[in-house]
Amino acid sequence: MDQPLQTDYLRWIVLLPLLGAALNGLFGVRIQERFGKKVVAFIACAPVVVAFLLSFTAFMTLLSLPADKRFLIDRFYTWIPLDTFNIDVAFWVDPLSVIMILVVSGIGGLIHFYSIGYMHEDRSLWRYFAYLNLFTFSMLLLVTADNMLLMFVGWEGVGLCSWALIGFWYTDHTNTRAGNKAFIVNRVGDFGFILGLFLLYWSLSDQGHATLAFREIDQYVPLLANMELWGVGVATLITLFLFVGATGKSAQIPLYVWLPDAMQGPTPVSALIHAATMVTAGAYMIARLNKLFSMAPATLEVIAFIGAATALFAATIAITQTDIKRVLAYSTISQLGYMFLAMGVGAYSAGVFHLFTHAFFKACLFLGSGSIIHGLQGEQDMRKMGGLRTHMPATFWTFTVGVLAIAGTPFLAGFFSKDAILWQAYSSAHGGPMLWGVGVFVAGLTAFYMFRQYFLVFFGPCRADHHVQEHIHESPKVMTYPLWILAVGSVLAGYLGLPEFVGGSHLDHWLEPIIHGHGDAHGHHSLTLELSLMGTSILAAGLGVLIAAVLYFYRTPSPDRMGDSANFLSRVLYNKYYIDEVYQFVFVGGTLVLARVGAAFDRYVIDTIVDGTAKITVVVSWFNGLFDKYIVDMLVNAVANVTFAIGNNFRRLQTGNINTYLYVVIGVVVFMLLFQLS
Amino acid sequence: MTELIDFLSNVGLKHYLIVAAILFSLGIYIVLTRRNAISILLGVELILNSAGLNYVAFSRFSSGNVDGQIYTIFIIMLAAAEAAIGLAIVLAIYQIFHTIDVEAAETLKD
Repeated sequence: MDQPLQTDYLRWIVLLPLLGAALNGLFGVRIQERFGKKVVAFIACAPVVVAFLLSFTAFMTLLSLPADKRFLIDRFYTWIPLDTFNIDVAFWVDPLSVIMILVVSGIGGLIHFYSIGYMHEDRSLWRYFAYLNLFTFSMLLLVTADNMLLMFVGWEGVGLCSWALIGFWYTDHTNTRAGNKAFIVNRVGDFGFILGLFLLYWSLSDQGHATLAFREIDQYVPLLANMELWGVGVATLITLFLFVGATGKSAQIPLYVWLPDAMQGPTPVSALIHAATMVTAGAYMIARLNKLFSMAPATLEVIAFIGAATALFAATIAITQTDIKRVLAYSTISQLGYMFLAMGVGAYSAGVFHLFTHAFFKACLFLGSGSIIHGLQGEQDMRKMGGLRTHMPATFWTFTVGVLAIAGTPFLAGFFSKDAILWQAYSSAHGGPMLWGVGVFVAGLTAFYMFRQYFLVFFGPCRADHHVQEHIHESPKVMTYPLWILAVGSVLAGYLGLPEFVGGSHLDHWLEPIIHGHGDAHGHHSLTLELSLMGTSILAAGLGVLIAAVLYFYRTPSPDRMGDSANFLSRVLYNKYYIDEVYQFVFVGGTLVLARVGAAFDRYVIDTIVDGTAKITVVVSWFNGLFDKYIVDMLVNAVANVTFAIGNNFRRLQTGNINTYLYVVIGVVVFMLLFQLS
Repeated sequence: MTELIDFLSNVGLKHYLIVAAILFSLGIYIVLTRRNAISILLGVELILNSAGLNYVAFSRFSSGNVDGQIYTIFIIMLAAAEAAIGLAIVLAIYQIFHTIDVEAAETLKD
């Protein structure tokens, strides 16, 4: 591999949002007070816009280079110098990451602008934008990192900002609980990621090439082909651990439970973090390390299975939900399942393609729902909506485009990307009809629940509260313009990945230097098969739309037959299969039991020992006291008494009588004479 | 009888020593038994003079030089000084106790 092109400006793509976050975070209160919210918003939006322009510049630079030399690097500084290699803070732009930075800065920028309108009334606007910028920084760091450790820094950073933004309105404990849930569940996944990271480093250094930089990992990973640990190939182990990390970040089974609760946060946050960017980090990671993953077919099977299962699972829940954002949340989980299904069958490029198109229409849908919520003064229950198409035309039309796109309407973005995945699921060497069948069924469900939402919100009589109805209004331009842009993107984004028979996927060719071996699309090249599969999925989607229309368009839906009150099956689905309750009982409850056991141990065992020691000390000192009182004091007193007695006796010499003294003097002289002691 | 006369007529060293001894004993007796402070001082004088007599006797009969007699002159001088001091003390005692009975000065007794 040739040396990548050195540049100086890539760092600003990542660092400018950090600067914005620092300014707003440290001085935001003051700025907002003295200069007003407009300045705060400017400080937040400007870096993202500039980052987007720089990303576009990088993209143009890549275009100008020959296909096998499309790598840009910006070495900021050496973070951890080691003997064998250095871990640098360096930013790496290649065909894969340039897509990501364009999506993050582009759609992120649109969402920043949208937020100006949506969060306009909020007192802590500076804090919101500070976190939003910090998130943008972390995500950009994640996708441009040139080594795994730096990527992990970004990985953690987005988790942190997600927590902060979900719990943004922290005075309500529902929000803070949701934020904590997101962070803690993510952390479980991160543990897997760390184990994978360690194992990767260890096994590479075992082969003599200790490194964590991606281009070097790609170079030396084939050396791990025959290495085993505890009877399993290391590649499989590493990728399994890394996939655990991905399930946490990208909300797959079993670590998806945080995403629906994350809807507690402001809607632009849901759009940015939980639709377009953070949740795609897992998919990006797998795409980045596709060479490693291709070496572990067992893991790929697991990934495909979990991806398909998650897609199905989430879609079934989505069809019963009544909160407008919850539907979209489960839809996100389901679509992410599609991405992982793609990765699992080796169609990394298709997965990235779906990531790209999904970012557009999901952001469009989320921002649209935000517009609705805004127009209805905070109402999120679809049972209390209806007939909004006349009141909010811009939202209506953009939402229509989004719904059509996600349902897989031909010629819109979602169609091409979803179809690419379904085709790969069927025909790739790792795939099979079962996976494809699940995918088609989920496509049908997707169409159903999206149109269900569509009809409930925009058609029929308006079921909102009276005073809400009076004030329904379309959102300001700063909110609807991004919607239009995203709607256009939802249509056009698909044309990057046209199927083979109409010209081939530009995206596939673009990603060729990164993605090594994409499925077997060139192998099973039967046009009729492909067309019939395509037709089946269109049929399934159409069926879904039809059923939704019958249930919700041609009949007035009765609010009390939806939600928790309906029949048994609906209730199970509405309550998300009670998984949250199970998790709460098993994991949270289990931890609490452990904590109580620990507390009991501490109180009854440890404290007894400590108190016992104290008591023994008291007894010993009591003995000491006795000893001191009776023996030592006795001796001391005896000495004193003897001295006193002697003194007393000697006192008698002092008679005060002169005659006595004279007697003594003479007596002593005589004594001396007699005994000749002179 | 004749020995007695002989003893009494040839006066030699022994005679002086005996006289000095008698004087010494008398002096001791006075010091120990008299209650009058001045009497005690008289007794002290007697003791000192008996010692001086001893010196002179030994100087005359046993030694060829006059050292003993010089010592005796010192003793007389010392006795005079000491008597002066002693009288000053007696005066002080009189001022406090208004008597010179030594048994009265017993305030050091417990």
